[in-house]
Amino acid sequence: MSSEAHITRSEPSVYVYEAPIRLWHWVNAFAILVLGISGYFVGSPLPTMSGEASDHYLMGYIRFAHFAAGYILLVGFLGRIYWMLVGNSHSREIFFPPFFSPGFWSGVKHELKWYLFMAKEPRKYTGHNPLALLTMHFMFVWGMIFMIFTGFALYGEGTGPGSWSHNLFSSWIIPLMGQSMDVHTWHHFGMWWIIIFAIVHIYVAIREDIMSRQSIVSSMISGWRNFKDDGKIDDGR
Amino acid sequence: MTETFYEVMRRQGISRRSFLKYCSLTAAALGLAPEFAGKIAHAMETKPRIPILWLHGLECTCCSESFIRSAHPLAKDVVLSMVSLDYDDTIMAAAGTQAEAIIEETIKKYDGNFILAVEGNAPLNQEGMSCIIAGKPFLEQLNHVAEHCKAIISWGSCASYGCVQAAHPNPTKATPTHKAIKTNKPIIKVPGCPPIAEVMTAVVTYILTFERFPELDRQGRPKMFYSQRIHDKCYRRPHFDAGQFVEKFDDEGARKGYCLYKVGCKGPTTYNACSTIRWNEGTSFPIQAGHGCIGCSEDGFWDKGSWYARLTDVHQFGIEGNADKVGGTAAAVVGTAVAAHAAISAVKRAQKKENA
Repeated sequence: MSSEAHITRSEPSVYVYEAPIRLWHWVNAFAILVLGISGYFVGSPLPTMSGEASDHYLMGYIRFAHFAAGYILLVGFLGRIYWMLVGNSHSREIFFPPFFSPGFWSGVKHELKWYLFMAKEPRKYTGHNPLALLTMHFMFVWGMIFMIFTGFALYGEGTGPGSWSHNLFSSWIIPLMGQSMDVHTWHHFGMWWIIIFAIVHIYVAIREDIMSRQSIVSSMISGWRNFKDDGKIDDGR
Repeated sequence: MTETFYEVMRRQGISRRSFLKYCSLTAAALGLAPEFAGKIAHAMETKPRIPILWLHGLECTCCSESFIRSAHPLAKDVVLSMVSLDYDDTIMAAAGTQAEAIIEETIKKYDGNFILAVEGNAPLNQEGMSCIIAGKPFLEQLNHVAEHCKAIISWGSCASYGCVQAAHPNPTKATPTHKAIKTNKPIIKVPGCPPIAEVMTAVVTYILTFERFPELDRQGRPKMFYSQRIHDKCYRRPHFDAGQFVEKFDDEGARKGYCLYKVGCKGPTTYNACSTIRWNEGTSFPIQAGHGCIGCSEDGFWDKGSWYARLTDVHQFGIEGNADKVGGTAAAVVGTAVAAHAAISAVKRAQKKENA
């Protein structure tokens, strides 16, 4: 976990990610994986099946996977919002970045320098660093909300008028965006938005785990943030 | 006093038996309970016909063409007589000044108590000069009649949404009824290019019988015909669920009647009743004829790119784009950037270790 040079130093640890957050993280990651793959194949189906229609149910299964994962993602997200209310201070981070704190923006600046190889050392954070927080908030949280709203608007088209998803989402989102095809297009864009987020998220998590001064990947499994040196923690922002 | 529907029908040689059949079939078509057949019959026997002024703006007359092919149990001429169609410049006998005089006459006689049916739409640019009716811009005629009518039927995608004459960049600024008129009158939209004949006659029958609109959705379309997608009731739907698709026209799948999704069928995004009511006495509809739905009853269908591709064309990012091409390119760019960043990071880290 830590490099040899640090082995003699003490390694303070902080409990950051409570169990429900960790569980949600991995369930959510799995749901997004299933949604991305199945969703892509709903939009661009696999090569045609031959024979009788009664012999196959391929699109049916793909769509089922998509809808089931969609439900899991929705329930998980609602649970995550509940935990935002009752969990520790870190559970609120990604929902309410401290936009009005000047320290936050200087942190963003430093973090950008770190990623442009202009800073020698990254700062130490118990939770997300300011740049990560911005990405989490704008790409992930709003991306999730957008995908849930457009996704269930499209789902409501199938379940029809009178169903909860039609009443709650389809009935106003489809006219708002123009027509059904526009909602499909935006939902496609949303998928790529989330995919780009996932690429950056996974890369940065692994990179920071190796190069920064705190644990990242293992923290989302154990919940503990381990610091690799006993320097000052820059949480003050 | 104008004649009742029943009197007109009898005059046309329709027997009472056929009349009652028509009433029960109309009730069934409108999704009403059996007892409504009697109500419809009663209404038609007693109510004077509400006059309709049917105006034509920028259009192709396909709505009229569809309407006169209504294949309800009663012959089309009865459907036409049933409606007190006071003005319809395409099919009326009178022409010129005489025809235009009827509009003023109807407005005077039935002020606030007639239906305005609009086929086509009004161009707003150049003060409406791109569509002239009887020497004046159609826009003026439309606004004049709309001011005095009871309610408006927007026939077809032109009057409902704009349709092809409103296609980007819309040089004449062709504008659908609800955005063109200055008065605030109830509007029912019956989109489609054209709408299904039976849907048109059923909407008229409903309005005349009950003197109100059928239940409308948020976009102002009658729910009974526009609450489900073509896809939901498509007879090729089992092939979609099975994953059996026409990959290109004239392949084995096309011959076997597989789902047209991959060759751009818009059935999954189009709200209309084609797959249930079908066309020309229920003979067929586009998908049954082997061609995908083009989504003609949806707003903006004329500007969404190819009729043979699933995804909408996106022009903001170049000539040939769609959500997957744009998104895929962005993801590839980010992926490459991440890889490059990782490589530089690895080098930097190696240097740092050497120095340490």
